[in-house]
This record gives sequence, C-alpha cells and structure tokens, in this order.
Amino acid sequence: MIPASEPVHRPPDAKLLFVRRSGFLEHRPRADFVRLLQPADLVIANDAATLPASLSGIHRPSGRSIEVRLAGRRSLDPTQVDRFTAVVFGAGDFRARTEDRAAPPTLNPGDDLELGQLRATVARVLDHPRLVALHFHGTSGEIWAGFAHHGKPVQYAHIPQPLAMFDTWSAIAASPAAFEPPSAGFVLSWATLAALEARGIEFATLTHAAGLSSTGDPRLDARLPLDEPYIIPVATRDAISRVRARNGRIVAVGTTVVRALEDAAWANGQISAGPGLARLKLGPETRLRVVDAILSGTHENGTSHHEMLRAFVPRRVLLRMDEQLDAHGYRTHEFGDSVLIERNEPQRSPSGSWAGIFCDVQ
Amino acid sequence: MKTNAKKTDQCAGKRVAITGGTAGLGLALVREFLGRGADVAFIARTPEGVVRVAQEHGHAHGIVADVSIKDDTHRIALQVLGALGGLDVLINNASDLGPVPLQLLADTECEDLERALATNVVGPFRLTKTLLGSLAAAARASRGAVVLNVSSDAAVTPYPRWGAYGGSKAALRHMTLIWEQELADTGVRFMSFDPGDMDTALHAAAMPDADTSGLKRPETAAREIADAIAAALPASVSEDDSVSARESA
Repeated sequence: MIPASEPVHRPPDAKLLFVRRSGFLEHRPRADFVRLLQPADLVIANDAATLPASLSGIHRPSGRSIEVRLAGRRSLDPTQVDRFTAVVFGAGDFRARTEDRAAPPTLNPGDDLELGQLRATVARVLDHPRLVALHFHGTSGEIWAGFAHHGKPVQYAHIPQPLAMFDTWSAIAASPAAFEPPSAGFVLSWATLAALEARGIEFATLTHAAGLSSTGDPRLDARLPLDEPYIIPVATRDAISRVRARNGRIVAVGTTVVRALEDAAWANGQISAGPGLARLKLGPETRLRVVDAILSGTHENGTSHHEMLRAFVPRRVLLRMDEQLDAHGYRTHEFGDSVLIERNEPQRSPSGSWAGIFCDVQ
Repeated sequence: MKTNAKKTDQCAGKRVAITGGTAGLGLALVREFLGRGADVAFIARTPEGVVRVAQEHGHAHGIVADVSIKDDTHRIALQVLGALGGLDVLINNASDLGPVPLQLLADTECEDLERALATNVVGPFRLTKTLLGSLAAAARASRGAVVLNVSSDAAVTPYPRWGAYGGSKAALRHMTLIWEQELADTGVRFMSFDPGDMDTALHAAAMPDADTSGLKRPETAAREIADAIAAALPASVSEDDSVSARESA
C-alpha cells in the first residue's frame, strides 16, 4: 500500500473497505461510515490525546546526542509522570527510517540524560539494550511543563513535513496518554458524532495509552504492544450494558479500543469501570467477547495491528482484503484510508456457549 | 481553601482553567473558584506573575503561556490536563485592548488589530477546540462542562476608538452563540458574560483619566461569573471517572 504522506485527518477522498460479517467486501467512500452502522449500535473510541513523546537531548556519560521516545507507563494518573518505559535512538531525526537510525550509546543504570529542561536517569536497562526504564526528576507540574515545551510528537519518515501537535490530536482527544496517535479516531469529526446521534447510535469513549507502533528493531517490535494502561468510564460501562440488553453491536474505533475492552472482559466477559492494564495480545487465537466490529486504519501484512485483525476474520478473508486494498490504491499508516470489519465468527448460542461455523461467501 | 467550600456549590470539585489569571478579573476568578473548592489552573504570559499568583494561592496551578501564539495551544492543554486530570470549565478571560492609547480604526495599525484578534478570537477558538475533547468527556461523565468567554458591552455597541477591541469581542460573542448551537447535543455549554466596567488595569489603559470610584470591583464580577457557571452545572459531581475511579457496588 501507499503510505499517506500528508497529515490530514479527513481527506475528502478517503476510502473505506467494508468487510461484512459474511466476508463480502465492498468499497465505499469513508464518508459513508455512519450509514454502514445500525441504529442499535454503540460506537466506542479511544479519547487519549497524544503526548509529545519524542524528547531529544544528551546522554551525559558519553556526551552524545540521543532521542528518547516514551513508550510505556503503568497508570494514567496525571500525577504519576516520573516513571516511563522508553526506547532510545542515537543521533539523527525522523527523516531517517527508524531501521536506519544510529544506535544510541551504551546505556547503563544511573546514566543521566539531559532532555531540554527535563532531567532523567536510566533506572534500568530492560531486556533490550535500547529499552529502558526512565526516572524523570522534579514535580509532576515540572515534568508536564518539560513535555509541553520540549517534547515533539513522534515523527514518521513517510511524512516529509514535521508533524505538529495539532496533527496528532483527534477531534475527541482528551487525556494526554497516548505515545502515538490512536489514529483510527481521526475519522471522527464533531459532524460525525452529530450524525451518529441523529441515527440514534450511541457513542462512548475509553482512554487507552496507545503505544509506539514500531521502533525499527525487529526484536523490539516483536515485544509490541507493551502493556498499556486504560480507563473505562462509568458512562461507557453503562452504555455497554444497554447495548447488550438490546442485542446491539459494539463497534470499536481502532485496535486500542479492542485491546482495552477485551482485556477488561477477559476474566468473565463483564466490563467493569475504572483503570486497567492491558496485557492481552490479540491475534488469531483470541475469542472476542465484547467487540462486534472494528473501524481501523489499513495495516500491512506482518504488523502487529494486522495480526490483531485476525481476531475478527479468518486469514483467507484478510488476504482478500489485502489484495483489494492494494488493487484499489488504499493509503496506509496514520493518515491513511480505513477498513470497517464485522466480526466473522461463530455466534454465541443463547446458552452462552459457542457454536456455528465460519461463513465466507463471495 | 477546600475546607471553606460551600458544600452545595456546584463549583466544588470542578476542574477549572482560567486564561489571563494573574491580574484584574482573571485573578479575581482564580480566587473565587479556589474559594468555592474548585481545582484551578491559570494561564498568563509573564513567569514572574504566574509564580507570584501560584505562591499566593497554594492550590492553584500556574502555567506560563500566551494564548495568542498557536504553538502554545497544546502547551497549555497538556499542562492544564496534567495538573487537573481533565477539565470541566474553561474561562477564556485573557484579552487584548488593541492599540493603547485607543485609536480610531482608521489610525489603528494592522499589527494592533491582528494582536487583538489573536488574543480575543483566535486564541479562545484554538484553546476551546483543543480542550473540547476533555470538556465533552466531562459532559459524558455527567460532570457538566462549560466554556465561558468574557465579553464586553463593546461587543454589541460600536464605541468610537474601541474598534479593535469591540470588533474582536463581537466576533468572540458571535462565535460563542454558534458553538452553543452546534454542540448542544454534546452537553458542553457555551456562554458569553459581560462583566461591565471594572476597576482593572485594562480599564485604566483604555480610559486613564476616568473616575474609577463608580467602577465595579473585579471580585464582584468574578462572583457573578461563578454563579452563572454554577447554574449551568449539574448539582453535584456524579460517580467519578477520574484516575482513582473505583467500581461502586
């Protein structure tokens, strides 16, 4: 697929490949998204705003330039911003593909980093020489001010012009928690939300700390996604109860929403409100308990996001989908086109057990 | 401060951001909302002013930024949300008078008009747009959400020599009405408030020779604004969605 190289959230010619529950594929303008839903549906999006997670600076012991990309945190408590998991790059910037970037100097516990006005110490080197636990110094207010003034959004080699913060926050962006944009949410405008409302389709949000999509290092990428904290609001839990009571569907906007909801329901199928830490990795073996359909960006075969879609449809449907995306010039990455995939899966029988067969007609 | 909060006040426990919070009406608003038990973040341009007000009011979070600068928009949003953990009330109070002393429009420098528009119209637009996701999240959580834009009678009456200020405040007031119509379904309320002629530095800059004895005190206007916001908020903070949210039985 062609990478989308302009940071435009809603290009007028955006495309959507609709993968029906039957496996039937249909090309639509993305503006049709709301019309493809059903009035009893509940749409759930990730309202995490994007942190300026790229911090450039100096590794004090060696004096060498580094870039730190914040990649993980244990909770979303805004007063707890002193400890992060981070991926460290050597000198250079986003114009080089991550896989071509220079390695950072050797990092050791206790190393001090000077990141603009921020000061941090390497607390631990994790199970990869570029993956570290960082400890930021100062009050939470000072650390937020440091991120606000010195941090930049994580940049992409396929987008030539540097991304600004305005490019990385979706319309509904609220709590600054994501390390890269939960970009499926770029589809949503306030007019879209009004159109949902007009059709009687409920809308709710959760906050999930979407992590880095790739690091350029196959061994590190294989560890993605890292554990990601999330919060499910009480209003969202209640909306889920309502939609289940009326046998409506839950439509997730983005893979992060699927991960949070399925992680929350992992124990007993029930969603409780409040904070959680998503450890679940979704893939072909995942039996979805909550989400019935996903609106997602297009993802290339071999990426973790692509694997995740196998929770929704069998491999042969995904392969056909990939062929269609290629053949019809769909754009990929953060600002690319979209897919809407209805879960193609055995039905829950009234007793709650699983029965049925995959159907794949076309 | 929280111990002094009136238990019935709808502002208690609300997360409030106030621009232009180190002088005049803005400072009075910081004090008023702190007094009502709100969690307050304020924004102002000069580090000295921000540090002074933050030190005088231990519970207030001070942010150094300029609403007229586009790149400061997310710097403000990140620090407000980092400090408060969300947002229920945004008060766009920071204002620019235009040319000082006041000038006929025909004598107004383009740059003076542009600065007034940047501070009084475009800045509030950018900040509102950027914080709207948080405000809508507060509304969905039944906390209520309000954007209050500080207006002026110069927004409706064409006073000679008030062209830059009056024109920009008229635009702000008109856009407030449009925001309110367009986003009614989201539960985020938008309101303009004309505080009247107050004894502030802005008034002194505009009318240095005026008799200030009859002017309204900014504390009075701040109380009226807090009352108007309280009236637009639900009676109490409902089951909470903040980080400490717990499943209730």
